[in-house]
Amino acid sequence: MPRINSSAELEKLRESILSKIDPNKRTITLCSGTACHATGSKEVASSIEEEISKQGLSDQVDIRKTGCHGFCERGPIIVIQPEGICYLQIKPEDVPEIVSQTIKQNQILERLVYVDSVNEEKIIHETEIPFYKNQQRLLFGNNIKIDPKSIEAYLALGGYSALAKVLFQMTPEQVLEEVKKANLRGRGGGGFPAGIKWEGSRNAPDDTKYVIVNADEGDPGAYMDRSLLEGNPHSVLEGLAIGAYTIGAREGYIYVRQEYPLAVENVGLAIKQAEEYGFLGENILGSNFKFKVIVHQGAGAFVCGESTALMTALEGRAGEPRPKYIRSNIKGLWEKPTVLNNVETWANIPLIINEGADWFTQYGTETSNGTKIFSLVGKINNTGLVEVPMGMTLRDIIYKVGGGIHRGRKFKAVQTGGPSGGCLPDDLLDLQVGFDELTQAGSMMGSGGMIVMDEDTCMVDVARYFLEFLTDESCGKCVPCREGVRQMLKILTNITQGKGKDGDIELLEELGETAKEISLCALGQTAPNPFLSTLKYFKDEYEAHIKGKKCPALYCKELIAYYIDPEKCQACMACLKKCPSDAIIGGKKTIHVIDQDKCTKCNTCFDVCPPRFNAVKKISGEPVPSPIPEEERIIAKGSKEK
Amino acid sequence: MNNERVDQIIEKHNGEANSLIQVLLEVQNENRWLPRQALERISEKLQVPLTRIQHIATFYKAFSLVPKGRHEIHICMGTACHVRGSQNVLDAVKNLTGINPGETDLDLKFSLETVNCLGCCALGPVMEIDGQIHGKLSPADTAGALKKYE
Repeated sequence: MPRINSSAELEKLRESILSKIDPNKRTITLCSGTACHATGSKEVASSIEEEISKQGLSDQVDIRKTGCHGFCERGPIIVIQPEGICYLQIKPEDVPEIVSQTIKQNQILERLVYVDSVNEEKIIHETEIPFYKNQQRLLFGNNIKIDPKSIEAYLALGGYSALAKVLFQMTPEQVLEEVKKANLRGRGGGGFPAGIKWEGSRNAPDDTKYVIVNADEGDPGAYMDRSLLEGNPHSVLEGLAIGAYTIGAREGYIYVRQEYPLAVENVGLAIKQAEEYGFLGENILGSNFKFKVIVHQGAGAFVCGESTALMTALEGRAGEPRPKYIRSNIKGLWEKPTVLNNVETWANIPLIINEGADWFTQYGTETSNGTKIFSLVGKINNTGLVEVPMGMTLRDIIYKVGGGIHRGRKFKAVQTGGPSGGCLPDDLLDLQVGFDELTQAGSMMGSGGMIVMDEDTCMVDVARYFLEFLTDESCGKCVPCREGVRQMLKILTNITQGKGKDGDIELLEELGETAKEISLCALGQTAPNPFLSTLKYFKDEYEAHIKGKKCPALYCKELIAYYIDPEKCQACMACLKKCPSDAIIGGKKTIHVIDQDKCTKCNTCFDVCPPRFNAVKKISGEPVPSPIPEEERIIAKGSKEK
Repeated sequence: MNNERVDQIIEKHNGEANSLIQVLLEVQNENRWLPRQALERISEKLQVPLTRIQHIATFYKAFSLVPKGRHEIHICMGTACHVRGSQNVLDAVKNLTGINPGETDLDLKFSLETVNCLGCCALGPVMEIDGQIHGKLSPADTAGALKKYE
């Protein structure tokens, strides 16, 4: 491929790419993100390819494997263009019919379309599905339109025009002004304004400067950065190059987790392509700007998501944070001015340059502008990645986009901000989502994980869970985090095991206060948040555990027992056969009884008991009723039919 | 892994000391653990003290200083899987294999690890064996999934 040496050549290339694309040509778009891979999109892809050629349609139909569409709950997903017909949960055996019916004869296969959970209406077109309809997909929307392995697909959508604009029509100062005016705040968690960070580095006197993409997405339950990097890597590279031009950097790094092999592969390929076309390397687009990008794989340490720890890791050492008396945008990587931003932040830059800061600020609230991608997971109907304007309420995100709570259960809390964030209860559902709004409520934006919890989730256990995670991930450099968080975990574990005592809550608060005040980095400083926020909103659950030795959510193993209601048991043998520890006594026509000494509380009997019997009960804070005498356990034929 | 192969990997990263982690990762991915002899070679070639390599190899989760089993089981303990009952899945797998997270069984069949989010939250609780995802698991399903591996 010829190198592009000017803005005009870029536009010429774009025209020639566009002239080869027929917008009306049938295209089958298949999501090939990680979650869809796991549900079998690879097999679906090969059977589509096979079927298309078998039915002699290779010239008439294009197949496009794209990045994540976001609706992971219903993968594998295909969208048939230009109509936008969306089929969900496709299996390889559905493919022949899709090709012969829908592709050849324009017949819709009703069994594969989305069915609304409320009014059972069938929805054919992707854009009309409530999950998509209520989003604002400025960044994420392109994932569905492009093959991440093709730079031409990105160019067809106007790719690298922002870089050309910056290089030939704007001075670095003007770019900086635009980013500052857009009030783009860091999407990685802190929400620090990107423009101000950039300005600090730009004004620093050093000649050597660096830019870094933080793709060390470690928050459990969050995967939007991975999907952006996998699905649209060029948008991140373009943003990074614009940042480098603005602050005067010649070298950039992408720090990506090695647990994300597809992201590593796609971004590596994108860099190679961009170098060939002249969007990276020497004399970019014929200008005198040069910039090279290096991919560094993280070896698995949550703390490396912290900016100074990440830079230490890039230098080839153990990723421990350092005190920030001097900010890393002044002295960062190799002691040089370094701008580090998150994947999503970088991906916003080309949009801001192309459309302008005024366009960007029309979305969002007064202090949080633009959109934010959330990973909406947990006990929610539509698990997936959603992009909404800042300022949308939690209720709209959970109910309108997310489709409400799993299995019709009752909402209890939503956890935002990852391990540093907090849990918000139902009376805060009308809270507008924004950096400052969430912080005021005792949680935070974080990188955008949003974990929905229902009435079966124990909030004390959630706090314990996060502290266990943080104890494990603490790098061990400073005492309040290494020892304090460990002690907090010990006390919380005791509480969930029924060994809590008076004074525990006060001691936890004191330890939390210390960790918050004097830990070295954000990991330790925010570690008490999961505890503090659950205590603030769910104090009654803590008290029930400590005083009543009872788990109101019936979750904590040491505080619950399983019991089969003899009135309801139909002796169907389902639980008896499945019990992994042979703890269920009974037989055909003999009411089942749980041997409490053998029971490991694995929940299997509860899961397998048919809902129409609903005989297995969980009880907490009260003694298990003694089993009925053996002679009364025999079910005479017909005696129990009700 | 012989020294020649280690040298090739070092060569690929231009023999720079700041590529240490990338070199170790490549050795780990190919050999599935880091033998002492390979670490000594890296130390010598990159001019990095063995103590620092040891620090890095024990700091990051991706590295193992002991041999791994033929099949690596990763159980996702991310938040989304946690609220959907991954602890029960882990308990069942611990029972079936007789090993705890971080351990390998005596006949080197399985190694068990817990991980924090595989990014397949829609499929939780999730267990990954040799890169293959088993989703929407109940504790009772785990025995069937493990049986497939020899």
